[in-house]
Amino acid sequence: MSTSSETVTSPVTTPAPGSARGTRLTFRSAVLGRPDAPVLSGVDLEVAPGEILTVVGPSGCGKSTLLRTLAGLLPPLGGTAEADGAALTGPSADRALVFQEDALLPWRTLRGNVELPLAISGVPRGERRARAESWLERVGLSAQAGQLPHRVSGGQRQRAQLARALADSPRAVLMDEPFGALDVQTRSGMQDLLVEVLRGTGATVVFVTHDVDEALFLGDRVALLGSGRVAAVRDVPGPRDRGAVDAPARVALRRDILTSPGS
Amino acid sequence: MTRRPLIRYTLRTASLAAFLGLWQLLTSLKVDLWLRFSQFPTVTDVARAFAGRLSGDDYWTDLTDSLTRILSGFALAAVLGVATGVLVARSRLAEDLLGPVLEVIRPIPAIALVPVAILLFPSNEQGIVFITCTAAYFPVLVSTRHAVRALTPVWEEAVRTMGGGRLRILGSVVLPGALPGIFGGLSVGIGVSWICVISAEMISGQYGVGYRTWQDYTVVNYPGVFVGMVTIGVLGWVTSTAVELLGRRLTRWLPRTSYVPGGRARAARPAVAPVRGGRDSEQHAQPEQQGHQDTEEARDEHLV
Repeated sequence: MSTSSETVTSPVTTPAPGSARGTRLTFRSAVLGRPDAPVLSGVDLEVAPGEILTVVGPSGCGKSTLLRTLAGLLPPLGGTAEADGAALTGPSADRALVFQEDALLPWRTLRGNVELPLAISGVPRGERRARAESWLERVGLSAQAGQLPHRVSGGQRQRAQLARALADSPRAVLMDEPFGALDVQTRSGMQDLLVEVLRGTGATVVFVTHDVDEALFLGDRVALLGSGRVAAVRDVPGPRDRGAVDAPARVALRRDILTSPGS
Repeated sequence: MTRRPLIRYTLRTASLAAFLGLWQLLTSLKVDLWLRFSQFPTVTDVARAFAGRLSGDDYWTDLTDSLTRILSGFALAAVLGVATGVLVARSRLAEDLLGPVLEVIRPIPAIALVPVAILLFPSNEQGIVFITCTAAYFPVLVSTRHAVRALTPVWEEAVRTMGGGRLRILGSVVLPGALPGIFGGLSVGIGVSWICVISAEMISGQYGVGYRTWQDYTVVNYPGVFVGMVTIGVLGWVTSTAVELLGRRLTRWLPRTSYVPGGRARAARPAVAPVRGGRDSEQHAQPEQQGHQDTEEARDEHLV
């Protein structure tokens, strides 16, 4: 993977300190999907280093396809998908993926799961454990570190997935409706936690959701998918805080998204 | 919650005792209805013959010979079966190359391979191990193949996006994930192995429980035949229990269906809790759940 340093500043957001760590993700006239079933075409999209881009759209519009392409699990059918200007050739530890469904390995404890990416990148055993423990602590799972995934709640499993994704300091985090299966209270707690743990990592984030409010709360920008293309990309006005949800600019954007053609 | 293990042990012992009692009764009274028990050795005849055998050297040689044969054949089958099962399930090329050959050989009963074994191997001993191995190989192969194909795809994708290569996926996802299925195959395999090792010994063995049992039959020593049968039964039971226990130990992570996660405890707590409180109560629930699970597993492992 290319590790060329980022000198270009984002055209859309002021990057947070340390954002030079983040990857720039780019689609150029990309066609995405499985060979027998393309779902998105003409995708031109750039995610700046350190930016949080949320992706919304109805079921089946290609949100997951877009994310799996960025993860390197699915090659683009046409055009290019790039990380820092280099075409994606496959999955990489640089780009962590958080799944909607439970992707923890059920035979490993939560700690064992968080240690896995560190083991893969060759971190020595002792350090691996210490780093896993510290990530589990950051997501509030210290007490459950030794538990198997099926013994903890769904929210705790998603927190462990988040810790696992961030453990090896990826330069981009790709999240596929990670909180989709959670109840409303747990979900808003998870959103706060996500913002908190991302702070200072500088990682670029692409966050797929079907929940417009979640997209507006988390995103620096929102990409709206519909009718087989990226229908719109909009800046999210105002600071990231729950109070801003009622701000007139947010309300107007929310209405725009919900009434836009294709959704 | 407790299943009163003492009662269950008592029941199991009573069942065995009743079986032996019925046997003793029918044979000592020489019951001759439609089934004829007049020539049948009594339990005490068999026990006396057993005691006689135990004091001789031959019995122990037979025992260790049979065990050596089955353990080497079975171990070989386990390794080969898992390896080819994974290969065939993960590689289309391997499936195309090996699949047809395996499918044609599979229906042949291992014991029908005695002529093949005689042709191929210089010694009887190797032939018997070969037959035992072939018998256990196919159940292990088939269940491994199915288990690997049924793996949740997202596990593999997760490891790939962490930068894991083929070897890492094999070691961290495929083998551990397929283990429950593999042990299903091993349990079947060890049973089939016994059938085949005994049969092979009867045909071509020198020493071995099967050989001895057949020898006793040819000289019309019926109590001796039964000593052989009891020995086979006990050995088979011990080895399959060992496989079963090892399997349970290695797949402890499996959620158990008999285990209801904190059902009663949860009802006792207030149903709706605020976010923070909700997290706390989950944490409180852990020790309770741990307790349930422990008794559950303890029960499972004591009684097989």
